[in-house]
Amino acid sequence: MPWVAWNNAGMAVARDTGGSRNMRRTSLYGKVQGRQGMKSRMLLLAVLVLVSGAAMAQEIKVGVILPFSGIGAEFGQQTERGINLYMKLNADRMKPYTFRLIKRDEKDASGASAKVVVQELLTQDKVDILLGWIYSPNAIATAAQVTAGKVPAIITNAGTAHITTLSPNYARVSFSMWHAGYAMGEAAATQLKAKTAVVGYSDFPPGKDSLNAFRTAFEASGGKVIDEIPMGGPAAVPDMTPFFQRAKEKQPDVLFVFVPAGDHATAVTRTYAALGMKEAGIKLIGPGDITQDNKLQAMGNAAVGLTTMHHYNADLDNAENQRFVAAWKQDYGADSVPDFMAVGGYDGMAAVVHVAHAQQGKITVEGAMSALKGWTFDSPRGPISIDPETRDIVMNEYLSEVVMQGGRLVQKSISRIDAVKDPCKVLKIGPCANIPK
Amino acid sequence: MINGVDVIGMLLGGLAAGMVLFIVSVGLSVTMGLMGFANLAHGSFAMLGGYVIVLSMHRLGLGFVSALLLGFVVVALVSIPVERLLYRRLYRAAELDQVLFTIGLVFALSAAVTLLIGPENQQLVLPQVLQGQLDIGITRYRTYSLLLIVVGTLIAILLWLAFERTLIGAQIRAAVDNRRMAASLGINVDRLFTITFALGSGMAALGGGLGAEFLGLDPQYALKYLVYFLIVVAVGGLGRVSGVFSAALILGLMDFVLKKYLPKGGTLFIYVLTILLLLWRPQGLFGRAAR
Repeated sequence: MPWVAWNNAGMAVARDTGGSRNMRRTSLYGKVQGRQGMKSRMLLLAVLVLVSGAAMAQEIKVGVILPFSGIGAEFGQQTERGINLYMKLNADRMKPYTFRLIKRDEKDASGASAKVVVQELLTQDKVDILLGWIYSPNAIATAAQVTAGKVPAIITNAGTAHITTLSPNYARVSFSMWHAGYAMGEAAATQLKAKTAVVGYSDFPPGKDSLNAFRTAFEASGGKVIDEIPMGGPAAVPDMTPFFQRAKEKQPDVLFVFVPAGDHATAVTRTYAALGMKEAGIKLIGPGDITQDNKLQAMGNAAVGLTTMHHYNADLDNAENQRFVAAWKQDYGADSVPDFMAVGGYDGMAAVVHVAHAQQGKITVEGAMSALKGWTFDSPRGPISIDPETRDIVMNEYLSEVVMQGGRLVQKSISRIDAVKDPCKVLKIGPCANIPK
Repeated sequence: MINGVDVIGMLLGGLAAGMVLFIVSVGLSVTMGLMGFANLAHGSFAMLGGYVIVLSMHRLGLGFVSALLLGFVVVALVSIPVERLLYRRLYRAAELDQVLFTIGLVFALSAAVTLLIGPENQQLVLPQVLQGQLDIGITRYRTYSLLLIVVGTLIAILLWLAFERTLIGAQIRAAVDNRRMAASLGINVDRLFTITFALGSGMAALGGGLGAEFLGLDPQYALKYLVYFLIVVAVGGLGRVSGVFSAALILGLMDFVLKKYLPKGGTLFIYVLTILLLLWRPQGLFGRAAR
């Protein structure tokens, strides 16, 4: 009768003489003790949590979603360094709050890992705000979670135009593919005097976006896109030769290329040079991904003459950028260069800090989003703001050309367009037209 | 509008792509065909070779040719203890065991390289003479592609001669056909297999270095291209240098041409082509029919 022992453990032990039964009762008794002990421990824990909760009310938990492994690990590193540099340079601006970064790996552009880590950040870590996303497919995949999780989310890279329409909780401090693509389309026709263009693009959402943006503007300005070449996916760098050979035979005035920054971009420049396309009179143009600052010097002479439209390059001539680049080199080495992803991280962290101040450290999604709408900031890329209508960034675009200066490749600014809004949303094209309120 | 110069450019581009496939895959054909071992880790040896070649150029300042030789030698030497200690135990194991072991080796090496060197792509910087274009009379074409075509052809001829016209080649073929008989004739089969394995791995290393301009080089290399290597060997037939050579050229050329004229099909073609070829000749284009 085990319950005898349960009800009256002490007596049962005293009366019993059987060895094995005795042991069982003792263990039962031990369990009862254990339960009481656990109760009091839990009480203590609850008190501790309450006390520490009061003391730590000023801590903001920031969930950071970036690729820390795989082909995108370098992108993750650039962004993370940008975030860290903001925190270091603006320690005063962050007071009285402490920002705890909880970093999670989005791994690749498949969307799968990103969904898992966003879920984790929302339900287990209970973060106050989300920051990151290098890859567009990941930001697209996690939009529903971000909406349901009721936290503000600041995108530091992922540039497919319609991403910000997928959740009212997304605000973007990076760019839309249409920013550079559309501006380049106009500039190619008007400033570079191109009549024909071939477009080569990586076959995934931002690639198609970039193609549409360029074609829309180029053809509206009187040019003609004579060929569109999908050039493999973002996961592996393909051999660009067959695609570029095809482009060369079409003999366009310009070849507009969108590929992910990094190794894809290096392959583009190399193949362009190796196939003698420059000598054939075809100008290589694109968004700044093909002249990503930290890859530029390795491209060598082949890069001279590349013409890009972008919102940032490390050679931009403004006080904020000079301070930023100098601090970067001091922390990460004289050979290290920040790029647009680093600036995305820097500005993203600035937005997080702004949200914390605007809400006195108690972040709610409604409050955060209304604080972000219309937010202005003096970024290394020039003045930026968040469009209150679309929650997307408004910023300058710079047309630049790569030149050799004192043995170094430098991006020389040719012209500037001020305060560009995402043209995809301005023109209400496709899914960009449906902006949730 | 297809004109002659474009067709020549296309053929040269396709041949160069095929040569890269050949140089990397031929070692796999050797280990899989001659030794009857399903060595999925072959691409890892190519990757190791590529890293030795690129890093010795960057950090030791070696020239391209000496770096290639170094890569060949280092990987061939490293593969000897690997064969003696690990592969040897599995020569008589079931194919599934071989596959499990070698794919495990792929993951282990990939993780090791990520840890030691980092996840980023390694850039092979070609010597100045190999960059740019070369005039070959009828047209100008990428110098490096032309070099690959020449080097690939030379390697194919040398290997063919080595297997068909030398004593050691005859011994290898004998050992594969009937190991017991070969051993009883006084051939040291164990030593022979070690040499063959080292040679195959060294070839892979060369391919990793020579192909880096087109295939890139990062820790995921072995997994990314495993399918391509297997396709080439399957289509070419196991253990045949001439078969692998022809299969690599056909696949490289077709892939290049289709990507150029129908880029929307993406990477699908090479698979469709493989299915059709293998439906037609399941033993491979040049393999012997199953007995």
